[in-house]
Amino acid sequence: MRKSASGRWSKWAGGALALFAGVALTAVAVQPAAAQSKQLTLCWAAWDPANALVELGKDFTKESGIEMKYEFVPWTSYADRFLNELNSHGKLCDLIIGDSQWIGGAAENHWYVKLNDFFAREHITMADFVPATVLGYSEWPKNTPNYWALPAMADAVGWTYRKDWFARPEIQAEFKKKYARDLAPPKTYEELKQIAEFFQGREIDGKKVYGAYIFTERGSEGITMGVTNVLYNYGFEYDNPKKPYQMQGFVNSPEAVKGLEFYKALYKCCTAPGMTNAYMQEGLDAFKSGQVAMQMNWFAFFPGLYKDPNVGGDKIGFFVNPAGPQGHFTQLGGQGISVVATSDHQDDALRYIKWFAQPKVQQKWWEIGGYSALKAVVDAPGFPKSAPFAPQFLESMGIVKDFWAEPSYAQLLLDMQKRVHDYVVADKGTAQQALDQLVKDWTKVFKEQGKAVASE
Amino acid sequence: MTAAARSTAHSIVEASPRVKTVAGAVVVLYALIAILPLLWIAATAFKSQSDAIAYPPKVIFQPTLEGYVNLFTVRTRQTPDFIARLPPAMTWYDKLVRKHDMVIAGPSKVVPRFINSLVIGFGSTFLAVLLGTLAAYAFSRFRIPLADDLLFFILSTRMMPPVAVAIPIYLMYRQLNLTDTWTGMILLYTAVNVSLAVWLLKGFIDEIPREYEEAALVDGYTRLQALRKVVLPQAVTGIAATAIFCLIFSWNEYAFAVLLTSGDAQTMPPFIPFIIGEGGQDWPAVAAATTLFVIPIVLFTIVLRRHLLRGITFGAVRK
Amino acid sequence: MSAIIHPDAPVDRIGAQTTFRVARRVHGLSDRNIAWLFVTPTIALLLAINIFPLVWMIRLSFTSLNLSMSYLPLRFVGLDNYADILSDEDLWVRLQTTAQFVISTVVLQVIIGFGLALLINRQFRSHSFWTTIILLPMMLSPAVVGNFWTLLLQPQIGPFNYVISLLTGLPPSSFSMTGEVALAPWTIVLVDTWMWAPYVMLICLAGLRSIPDYIYEAAEVDRASAWRQFWSITLPMVTPFLMLAVLFRAIENFKMFDMVNLLTSGGPGSTTELVSITLKRLAFEKWRTGYSSALAIILFVTVFGAANIYVKALNRVKQR
Repeated sequence: MRKSASGRWSKWAGGALALFAGVALTAVAVQPAAAQSKQLTLCWAAWDPANALVELGKDFTKESGIEMKYEFVPWTSYADRFLNELNSHGKLCDLIIGDSQWIGGAAENHWYVKLNDFFAREHITMADFVPATVLGYSEWPKNTPNYWALPAMADAVGWTYRKDWFARPEIQAEFKKKYARDLAPPKTYEELKQIAEFFQGREIDGKKVYGAYIFTERGSEGITMGVTNVLYNYGFEYDNPKKPYQMQGFVNSPEAVKGLEFYKALYKCCTAPGMTNAYMQEGLDAFKSGQVAMQMNWFAFFPGLYKDPNVGGDKIGFFVNPAGPQGHFTQLGGQGISVVATSDHQDDALRYIKWFAQPKVQQKWWEIGGYSALKAVVDAPGFPKSAPFAPQFLESMGIVKDFWAEPSYAQLLLDMQKRVHDYVVADKGTAQQALDQLVKDWTKVFKEQGKAVASE
Repeated sequence: MTAAARSTAHSIVEASPRVKTVAGAVVVLYALIAILPLLWIAATAFKSQSDAIAYPPKVIFQPTLEGYVNLFTVRTRQTPDFIARLPPAMTWYDKLVRKHDMVIAGPSKVVPRFINSLVIGFGSTFLAVLLGTLAAYAFSRFRIPLADDLLFFILSTRMMPPVAVAIPIYLMYRQLNLTDTWTGMILLYTAVNVSLAVWLLKGFIDEIPREYEEAALVDGYTRLQALRKVVLPQAVTGIAATAIFCLIFSWNEYAFAVLLTSGDAQTMPPFIPFIIGEGGQDWPAVAAATTLFVIPIVLFTIVLRRHLLRGITFGAVRK
Repeated sequence: MSAIIHPDAPVDRIGAQTTFRVARRVHGLSDRNIAWLFVTPTIALLLAINIFPLVWMIRLSFTSLNLSMSYLPLRFVGLDNYADILSDEDLWVRLQTTAQFVISTVVLQVIIGFGLALLINRQFRSHSFWTTIILLPMMLSPAVVGNFWTLLLQPQIGPFNYVISLLTGLPPSSFSMTGEVALAPWTIVLVDTWMWAPYVMLICLAGLRSIPDYIYEAAEVDRASAWRQFWSITLPMVTPFLMLAVLFRAIENFKMFDMVNLLTSGGPGSTTELVSITLKRLAFEKWRTGYSSALAIILFVTVFGAANIYVKALNRVKQR
């Protein structure tokens, strides 16, 4: 009995070891030998424009013979993954399309290759690109001619709405009766809230629908990228324009508090249930499945939405982020493309950037779903007619405002994520308290960096 | 005993048939409820993307292999004209993908990730069991100074949250160029697993009477030969059980993998939750990956049911 | 295997010895050499991967290192990091959240696990098959579990809310398990219990099966009632096993990171932000390496101390 049991187990053990040996040997054998052909790895976020870039990149491979490989990561873990990669001096990426707010850290920590000499050599002038994109994606320190990226993807927050619902006569009539004005895409946030309340809980085509979709994601940057669209227009400032890093009275001014309260009111009254941790993909799902009348999202998704069989074409309309009592801004998105300093293929990477910067490539980039930042493309006379969202995109790029791009931006962002989500979604404290705490958090971060922070 | 007496009679050790039925019913009910989420996920792997996120959720649906195809391929969206101009689809999965106006652009990363899981999982298990067997034998047969303290120290290395351990390891690997390498991950998992291995194997080896080795030594074998010829054959069950538990840990581990790997050495757990479809998470593909990933572990569990208990309590509990 | 175990072999033979003062040179390496040869690689590996980093981390905890701003000069700040942590209200709330999570899950899992063990111990037909089914959730990767439960718990498209609405009549979109402040902490307890109650069940089963039959038979003879038997025989003899289960589950759930992070990201707000999630954000998103090292050291000392005390108590119970 002993013998046979032990014998059986020995066979099992032997089998397991053999399996292991086989797997390990196979894995080692199929490990790709150092690529004979040239290769570049480009790292970006996994979204529609990335797929368009893959298509575009085929032209580059044809021209140069360099094969393009891609590493795309979902937005919710994009910063996490790639900041980790850059910090650990990894060799995964040769080219990286990093978020606009990483510029400070990337420059100071020498993660990116400085591109000034390259631009001079190849006659690439920053003046050819939309100024907001050069400032936002490329410069560090801000407002100095030090370039760390080529503006690659121009983006901002915009809104989509169900044009077909807005066009129904019975809905228009009811709205006019209630609010004494025509139902039309809102120009101010007050108007937007009215429209959202109007649609909230309404039965359309047999299904209950909801008014609006706004960002509420907690983990990476979602709720911040949503709330700033309201805060900017209610008078929120990051600091005193005359005295950098003085935040008291600017981050938590009475107007900013009103703005934060408005965002929470909008969240509570007029959004779909269960959207407590929602960012880009949930918005697309909600809009495409016919759950909401209006959706806040990045312009990057609008080409895909326009082509959607369920809600695209004539059913979809677009409008610019509405204005508030104190201003009209929209949150800047978008990224620039940079060469990673630890890459072993810097020359090839620079070649890619040179190719990408050409006007004809930029034009094709716009046509297949990307957003070019080249003036020659967006200022062309035919541009506003080239897509139904093109006029709104142009207008938005003229009113963009960005979050901190300091090297410590990750800390600043995470602090704001926490304070805003705690107040808006988790019902903790008041708006004034949330913003006061935020000033304290940010002051601490800047002090640790050694910056002088004025308190009054 | 009369029939009536038999039906109600019981010793306290053997329950009456009525009690057994009630107990059985409650347990079966619990088991069915507990398995529902798993069944839902297994079913989701066979749904189309729109079925997977339908509202209200669909219990009856048209099954399709899209989830599995999406898991293994990278696709790009093309215009219908472009697709019309392509040569006709050769394989069933090409046809499936073209129905959605998409074209297969190449294999996805799931197979390399699975291979990473295999190599890192089996590699660290092999090393941990090897080192663990040797150390456990030494602790069991010889008097090692400070044995008690050493053993507790070995156990306490498992009390730190993995995120905490990862902080200095991240810095260390950065200097040594070990981030995102098989070597780095195998070393780390081995170090974590070896504590479990030593505790388990020591328990197993303790149970093998020394008399056999003593006899072999008297017969003129060296200590090492005695180990090989006498002890190891009897410890094989224990070694196999230990190996399975080390493997389960390395297989399912997430925190170290997500913080210390990126492309080359990324294993399945950090890969599966981030499988993206068009715009959102590709739930059928995620469900397919989950199903495929859990199958090896389920097989091992069924095979080594009897040793499950010993393994998960560091050998403190024996059946 | 059982055939060769001595009936009265002690269960734990830590430090059993052969005399090796007198080095036995019996053809080849001496025992002493072998002992060191066998133990050293393990100890060396643990020193390299566990102890050396721990020491490095202690040193780091006295600095202001921030990896994303490594160009700033490194400052030694002494105990400032520790002082900051111990006086940070938010961090205490995190510890409280973690403690609540640990206690709720352990209590719930002990109740369900012990209950199931008692039932399965009745050995009804095909109990072995159903036991295996119950064990399945334990076999999955906690990260993957956290991720797919977000789909299951979605108010509009997930089955969980619909099942609840079938049972209670509440409309499915009226509550969100992962989104509401009142529900989210219980949701993470629910999912963790689904995964690990079987673990406690297994341990209790082993405990129940280790009670010799003759004790019960003797109690029958003494006409002890079933309740009395449970209270004075079953429970005391299973208690060491229960305590072991509690120890292991408590340690694991104190370290919990992956399942909760993927299920709720610590939200809504910070209501389910466990201390490991805070640590990860501090160390790998804010890159405040020095500060997070101090927190890690504090956590380690806490768990180590608590486990030490607990194991001493456990040993005392075992000896009784």
